[in-house]
Amino acid sequence: MTYILIFISAVFVNNIVLSQFLGICPFLGVSKKIETALGMSGAVAFVMTIATIFTYIIQKTVLDPFHIEFLQTITYILIIAALVQLVEIIMKKISPALYQALGVFLPLITTNCTILGVALLVIKKDFNLLESVVFAISTAIGFGLALILFAGIREQLSMVKLPKGMEGTSISLLTAGLLAMAFMGFAGIV
Amino acid sequence: MKNSNMKVLMNGLVKENPTFVLILGMCPTLATTSSAINGMSMGLATLFVLVGSNMAISLLKNIIPDQVRIPAYVVVIATFVSVVEMTMQAYLPALYDSLGIFIPLIVVNCIVLGRAEAFAAKNTVFSSFLDGLGMGLGFTFALTLLGTIRELLGTGKMFTATIFPEHYGMLIFVLAPGAFIALGYLIAVINKLKKA
Repeated sequence: MTYILIFISAVFVNNIVLSQFLGICPFLGVSKKIETALGMSGAVAFVMTIATIFTYIIQKTVLDPFHIEFLQTITYILIIAALVQLVEIIMKKISPALYQALGVFLPLITTNCTILGVALLVIKKDFNLLESVVFAISTAIGFGLALILFAGIREQLSMVKLPKGMEGTSISLLTAGLLAMAFMGFAGIV
Repeated sequence: MKNSNMKVLMNGLVKENPTFVLILGMCPTLATTSSAINGMSMGLATLFVLVGSNMAISLLKNIIPDQVRIPAYVVVIATFVSVVEMTMQAYLPALYDSLGIFIPLIVVNCIVLGRAEAFAAKNTVFSSFLDGLGMGLGFTFALTLLGTIRELLGTGKMFTATIFPEHYGMLIFVLAPGAFIALGYLIAVINKLKKA
């Protein structure tokens, strides 16, 4: 039951993009087409799950026992950067097809704040390892959901004539605001 | 002050304002501007990290090998972020709690790494300092402005001083959707002003 609650909360109620404001850059950057949005969401889901497992284990086996929690930020960002490189190399070797689909998005992920954000959040929320994994996967699904919905709207929006100053970022942000308002309807479910 | 130095400083404030023109660092911009004070503190924390990392990287630019420069920059930035984090936790615990996870997330703020790569790695320590200061002030200005607008529309207050009664406020501006909408209109206004 806890896991279902974590899932619903992370996907709908506390959606990572629309109510937590993490990962806005890829949300605005790669959401012009549904295909790229799908690719980015896949890559994020993949890296987020692995990164959360690794950072969680390092936190519990190295940082906590030696009382060097103040190194958390530095350690995490290094783990994530190394992990992204590693995933890229392995994926290239094992599954070129997957690399073709997700490869271009991988370098962008190091500076995607959702990954570091989730790794820090699971420690803050005091989850155990399995809960952390469920939380990471659900958050990634929530990210994908927001990204794909937004890409669908933007594909339609590109055909509309807009006032001069509203083009580009401005109208994207307003659309995101309306989407966030829609997601507020989920508040109170959990 | 020399003319070129002034230009470097003003570049970040106006011409390449990180928030309104470059559209970088959107996550903290949207998340921490529910009030003017929060926005300003986040801006100042980023300002400190920007100035510190810009100076350190500009000092180290000849020592860091080109192939590993990005990880090296990230470590330098993360060090300054940890300093800010611990200082804030010790002296401003209330602010630390309200900004929460966005303090450690300064590490992945694109502005900081972007300035390190685009400016500090090529310029002298002093002009890197000015660039960090200009960019940081531009970011702080943007966050304070957005925070003030949201706080005023949402709760009728400005820097916690009451302007009109709270029940006339539109609560939505303090919540998540209001952040997107307020920034969207602000950027539209600035686009319009730039063309005029």
